[in-house]
Amino acid sequence: MSPAIRFTRVTRAFGPVRAVNDVSFDLPQGALVTLLGPSGCGKTTTLRLIAGLELPTEGRIEIEGRDVTNLAAAERRIAMVFQSYALFPHMTVLENVSYGLVVGGARRAAAETDARAMLATLGLDGLGARLPAELSGGQQQRVAVARALVLRPHVLLFDEPLSNLDARLRRRVREDIRELQQRLGLTVVYVTHDQQEALAVSDLVVVMREGRIAQMGTPVELYDAPADDFIADFMGEANVIDGEVLGVSDGQASIAVAGATLETRMRPHPPGSARLAVRPEAIALLPPTEQAALAGTVRRAAFLGQIREYEVETAAGMLFVVAPADAPAWEVDAHVACRFARVIPLLTPTARDS
Amino acid sequence: MGAAAVARIALICAAVGVLLLPWYGLETLGGWPFGAAASLAVLLVQGAAPWLWPIPVLLLLALTSSGWGRIAAGVGVLAWVAVQGIAIGLPGSTAGFAASLVGADATQPALGWGALFVLAGATGLLAAGLAQRGAFGADALIAFLTLASLLLLVVFVFAPLATVLAAAAVDGGHFSLGALIARLGAGEAWSLGCIAARQGCGVVWNTLVLAVLASVLSTALGLAFALLAARGRMRAGPAFRAIAILPLITPPFVVSMALIVLFGRNGLVTVWLWEWFAIPRSRWIYGLPGILIAQVLAWTPIAFVLLEGAVRALAPSLEEAAATMGARGFTVFRTVTWKLLRPAIAAALLLGFVESLADFGNPLILGGDFDVLSTRIFFAIAGARNDPGRAGSLALLLLLATLAAFAIQTLWLGRRSFTTVTGKGDAGVAPRLPRGLGIACAAVAWPWMAFTAAVYALILIGGFVHDIGRGDMTPTWRHLLTGFAVEWQDAPIFRGSAWDSLFTTLQVAAIAAPLTAGFGILLAWLIARNRFPGRRSLEFLTMLSFAIPGTVVGVGYITAFNVPPVELTGTLLILVICLVFRSLPVGVRGGVAALAQIDRSLDEASATLGARAPATLRRVVLPLLRPAILAALAYSFVHAMTSISAVIFLVSAQHNLATVYIVGRVEAGEMALAIAYSTALIVVMLVIVLGIERVLGRAQLGRRAAIPLQAGG
Repeated sequence: MSPAIRFTRVTRAFGPVRAVNDVSFDLPQGALVTLLGPSGCGKTTTLRLIAGLELPTEGRIEIEGRDVTNLAAAERRIAMVFQSYALFPHMTVLENVSYGLVVGGARRAAAETDARAMLATLGLDGLGARLPAELSGGQQQRVAVARALVLRPHVLLFDEPLSNLDARLRRRVREDIRELQQRLGLTVVYVTHDQQEALAVSDLVVVMREGRIAQMGTPVELYDAPADDFIADFMGEANVIDGEVLGVSDGQASIAVAGATLETRMRPHPPGSARLAVRPEAIALLPPTEQAALAGTVRRAAFLGQIREYEVETAAGMLFVVAPADAPAWEVDAHVACRFARVIPLLTPTARDS
Repeated sequence: MGAAAVARIALICAAVGVLLLPWYGLETLGGWPFGAAASLAVLLVQGAAPWLWPIPVLLLLALTSSGWGRIAAGVGVLAWVAVQGIAIGLPGSTAGFAASLVGADATQPALGWGALFVLAGATGLLAAGLAQRGAFGADALIAFLTLASLLLLVVFVFAPLATVLAAAAVDGGHFSLGALIARLGAGEAWSLGCIAARQGCGVVWNTLVLAVLASVLSTALGLAFALLAARGRMRAGPAFRAIAILPLITPPFVVSMALIVLFGRNGLVTVWLWEWFAIPRSRWIYGLPGILIAQVLAWTPIAFVLLEGAVRALAPSLEEAAATMGARGFTVFRTVTWKLLRPAIAAALLLGFVESLADFGNPLILGGDFDVLSTRIFFAIAGARNDPGRAGSLALLLLLATLAAFAIQTLWLGRRSFTTVTGKGDAGVAPRLPRGLGIACAAVAWPWMAFTAAVYALILIGGFVHDIGRGDMTPTWRHLLTGFAVEWQDAPIFRGSAWDSLFTTLQVAAIAAPLTAGFGILLAWLIARNRFPGRRSLEFLTMLSFAIPGTVVGVGYITAFNVPPVELTGTLLILVICLVFRSLPVGVRGGVAALAQIDRSLDEASATLGARAPATLRRVVLPLLRPAILAALAYSFVHAMTSISAVIFLVSAQHNLATVYIVGRVEAGEMALAIAYSTALIVVMLVIVLGIERVLGRAQLGRRAAIPLQAGG
């Protein structure tokens, strides 16, 4: 089976700026893939290259085995949901949803029947005669999805679909999108800058930075085995420290950090100095009397309801710690001992400095 | 549209052009398919024009190729048609290098329909080839529209201008830099005789003095009106605005006619002054004073509209801030209000200056011995001695003055920001005008307003009284009947002398207005919504015709399109083309501004839903652009009916226009008929503009009009 989307050494330059720089990847069919990265990393340009709204300066793009490199958007048979939804303000909801069918040559009556069915699928029955301006944000979003899905595309693109929704709606809509994607077996490419959103719904995450792919993998892979400190920090927060691996066996490692020797879980790694990422929730704060732990002083403490957040000053640097609310609480200036439940060795330790 | 489809249509179009249509002449069909109306294929088989062989050969090459091959064939055909057309022309005009190749006796008439189709086909091939290489967003149709627009602009905006400028440097058939310098520096243009002795000054000085005075006075008056309307104690806005519409719908020279009726040697005021105060009658109105008054009357309302908008847009909080710091009424005005208004005042000055430079009708009627560049250019072409070199050099001077004005404004405003509207709400209350200033403004504005009203009233009355020129105010239909009598003999017979020109004018305006609106909006869309190399040059060419004074355009058209390869003079077509390209910048500007309000993602959404460019344009962009289209239609219609400076060169006995006819009546001394005709013209225009608005504007009156043009609301 050919990949749903294949980029071969694709570059898109705007003048001297290479928004997408020599990017190659295969995206499998039927998967929900997120393009993740900070703003300006090239993720939206990549999406627009797939859609045909941008054409590559160099390289080759294939969709389901078909070379579409120089094919205009209208000829690519992909569908896209825009960040602004881009509903046509002068058309009713029904006209919006049947638009793609009508311009594709369908009879209006048939198109409207299909459009009505799609509106019903998305729980929008009875809103067909409204104008977009008369809908709530969530409804507008679903109309935009309906308008894209009614064309039965194989590939559906989302450009930050949740950014215009309030926080409560976001979780629901993102579950809806995931459910719809799995039910219809769609290939979905989804652009976001929110790593939680990406982790929650994706089969595959492509993290981009400065026009290139920083790392590509399943959410678990990216979280547990980030390639470098940029990804470690971007995929959920991480404390990155320098240490020395003394030995690993059976997932249990012994490491030396700032003079202290600690026991922790870690995947296999050759002994020697290494850059290590420690998740905030993997740090346990214990009374200072504990042995085999890193000594520190609490500098900031905050109670957030379900969790407590601390900043702890240690010989290895300032550590950000997230502890369950029912764990013992520490005051500012309290002396503590830090123990790491799990440590992630970074593959390319100097990425940020280069 | 796909490149293959465009290429196929282009080849069919070119084949029709080669095989069927007459290669030469737009109006000859005699003897088809042989003789004068022979197609290219027939000509070549007969061996008549062997230099045309490369055209079918290149087209055959394109038949079997794609990509670069199509590009090469398209460029080759376009270039070859142009080169051979310019090199080989009427007897005696065949260029030297061409004569040595094909013989000095080789001649050919102007290009015809066949050539037009071949050119369109070649453009299509080029577009298909470029789109295949990924240019123009890989959309061959957009590529074709862009290239075709570019070609049209080059032929009908750039080429005439280049011809005028080239004519300035040609002497006796040869290029001569010396002749150019001599003409540009001629005493006719720069003489300062009027200072030292009682001679006429150089025409450049005349023009500049008039333009500076007219722009300063009309801006000052406009500012007084604007301050009173926006900040005065009385609600003066509605009255001022009603008057402000008048100059937009009157032919520019109508004011001059009213001035002659009032202040001419036998004018109403002149006679009254003579009889009551024994002030001797004179011809003072003919010359600088008359033109100046006419122009100030015409431009003041325009300056008012511009400045009133600027005064109302000032954020009052800035003035309130100054007041809280202890500044009093006039100080606030002088230090804040006035300073913030400067860009708008500069814009009004520039507009008045440029309009005055370009004005042709008023100096023609009121000039007397006082010549300005635009009239002098006209007489260099239409006068006793047809001297294109002199006309060209004067046109060059006029163009330079216009461009200098634009350049000065850009330099002066370029680096400053005067934005006071930031998008944040401003709850401030605008201060009233300081008392002294208010009284001063009122003292200037109201009398001038009364004067303006009187002038226009005179135009309305003038056509319906016996002889307004001599003060005979007996009502009569006589003049209207002279112009517009209709007899009924089974069918209406239009006996009136004005019918011909009115019908031609309406016909030209009715063809030109939709073409202008359509082409203008298309160009706006290409420029605002598509990225391609050369986009800036396309925009520049569009806007260029805005900066060129009408007289220069007229001279350019008459010199460029009088001989092969493009021969259009004397046709209705040249009037339509000229008017379309003259009003085009307004349509494009309006379209670009409206498109800026429409989120780009709407176009993109339409494209990803499978709509190709034409469908997107028709179903999404055009419905949202309705107000801009309406404005472009109305503007180009009014412009087509009121313009004179460019078209006066292009009319013929067969195709005369209303404005030119009216000016002719004035020169023949038939003032009353001219005034009656002007009134009729204004009424017709009002009816049609309001009609356009009613028919096309209705649909947007419903609730949909309230929706902001943002994606998804």
